[in-house]
Amino acid sequence: MITTFQVAYKNLLRKKMRSFLTLVGIALSAWVLVSLLGFNNGYETALSKDIDNMGFQLMMMAKGCPYEAATMMLKGGTGLKYMKESIVNDVAKEPEVEKTTPILMAAVFDPNKGESGGVAAYFGIEPKSFSQMKTFLKFRQGGWFTNENAYEAVMGYEAAELEQREVGDKILIPEKNIEFKVVGILARTGTQDDGTIFVPLRTAQKVFNRPDEITTLGIKVKKGVDSTSLEDKLYKLPDVQIVSLAEVKQTIMKLISTAKVMVLSIAIIAILIAMVGVINTILMSVHERFQEIGILKTIGAMPWDIFKLIWIETLTLCAIGGVLGVGLALILSKVTGLLIRYVLPYAPIGGLVLIDLKLVVVTIAVILCIGLLSGLYPAWKAGRVRPLEAIRSDIG
Amino acid sequence: MSENVISIEAKNLTKVYLRGNEKIPAVNDISLRINKSDFISIIGPSGSGKTTLVNLLGCLDNPTSGELSLGGRSIFNEGKRLSERELTKIRREIFGYIFQSFYLIPTLTVMENVMLPLTFYRKPGTENEAAELLKLLGMDHRKDHLPGQISGGEMQRVAIARAMVNKPEILLADEPTGNLDTKRSAEIVQVLQELNRNVGLTIIMVTHNQDLARHADLMYEMRDGQIRQID
Repeated sequence: MITTFQVAYKNLLRKKMRSFLTLVGIALSAWVLVSLLGFNNGYETALSKDIDNMGFQLMMMAKGCPYEAATMMLKGGTGLKYMKESIVNDVAKEPEVEKTTPILMAAVFDPNKGESGGVAAYFGIEPKSFSQMKTFLKFRQGGWFTNENAYEAVMGYEAAELEQREVGDKILIPEKNIEFKVVGILARTGTQDDGTIFVPLRTAQKVFNRPDEITTLGIKVKKGVDSTSLEDKLYKLPDVQIVSLAEVKQTIMKLISTAKVMVLSIAIIAILIAMVGVINTILMSVHERFQEIGILKTIGAMPWDIFKLIWIETLTLCAIGGVLGVGLALILSKVTGLLIRYVLPYAPIGGLVLIDLKLVVVTIAVILCIGLLSGLYPAWKAGRVRPLEAIRSDIG
Repeated sequence: MSENVISIEAKNLTKVYLRGNEKIPAVNDISLRINKSDFISIIGPSGSGKTTLVNLLGCLDNPTSGELSLGGRSIFNEGKRLSERELTKIRREIFGYIFQSFYLIPTLTVMENVMLPLTFYRKPGTENEAAELLKLLGMDHRKDHLPGQISGGEMQRVAIARAMVNKPEILLADEPTGNLDTKRSAEIVQVLQELNRNVGLTIIMVTHNQDLARHADLMYEMRDGQIRQID
């Protein structure tokens, strides 16, 4: 006994190149769809991870100061604003605050960095409070500074790779002509800390001529406390701004939502093109088999049998194409992530394209629905072929 | 071979085609009785209406007027038209068809092509029919070949096996040798004769070829929509 599925499958093998090309079209659209949906998924996850890894929920800084290293780097290290370190005590008094950590950000132009020089980010920190907030920081080599006035540096993983430094080596701050001894190198974190060079806060204040000043105060709010009331209170302090990282995330997500709409439009267009391709292929094949379909009807096939046969052919194409496309997307998700990173103005660290099981199932279901829809018209047309017309066209 | 059990009975069967305002009676008031296990042939020039008649007898088309009954069961009578679905139901119960072109599915093997009708409809007792038919038609050694690997004569044998797999009562053969040379044509007609004699199959064969037509028990000629028996 030969089943309708076998007949449909073997029909697709008749014009191998045509079936293959249609398959490629479907696979590509499935790839685009799953990758772009994966991007929607991955970007938000990566951004959340990025922000959670800051270790604090609120940042306080002088009005107009860029609040994270990436922005500072984008501005070429300019535009930093400073506030008095004494503000730390004012903030710590608030009952909602669990911990604080002061940071003095500095950007130094290094003519030897890259081809035409680059900006290196220095963070003056207090290792005790800083590491309590960023519990995920681990050392690959060495450890924190020996004392708060030492000329010692801890390098982020990428910074150390870039500068080719090991523990015990020296690094020079070009503009200041001051040498630091590398005492620790951090393990890779997948965050901005990887590209940063950490020095003791007191030393940084001295080196960069900012005594008793800081750029940023990281604030960790006690668990279960609503941070908005704290924000309101802190806003009353003069000349400071409060950045809630939840808000930062929302702002970035809003900015990216335009990109998301574009991305989804592209996915929809890709699917529509694939759909038209499928309809065309199946219609052509129905047209070519006009007489044969008529003969199938003389040998007992009901209109529904023919409809089913053609529909299964369409679905088979879509199912195979969908699975191939999703497979391709899974294999190439890193490459897709890199491509997207290349075109986006801001991209968080980590995998940008996150394809999970749910997404795979959704994509294959969408492609199958496309198959069901695309197959409707050709299958209906084939089901309506009258055997007599088919035979007449044979007699001529 | 006639057992005098009526297989097909047509009364005043007429089929008129409209070409613009002109009415063309392709089949004009034909009354015909075909008994079970008859092997009849219909000859006639192109446009004489022989294919139209066979299409009406084979329930591939509704007549304009007249009556048709199969095995005593009324199929068409005045004013009654059947839907494509109803026609299909009758066709798959009663008829097997072969045509000038074989229309085997090129990606299915000989055996799979023969079994294809069973995918859509299966009469009881047809489990081993495909294998037995291929044996009977001398094609069992080719059962795993694809249609592209066998000759035209062999392809028509496969088409005959496919038409026979659901044990039809009547086989309609419209120019079954039209695509074959003289030798293969004679072989195919011989196959039909054997099926008629051994299985008791009723066969209606339309052909251009008078020599082949003579192999039938009864020979009819069609001309201008009319039919007459010839000796």
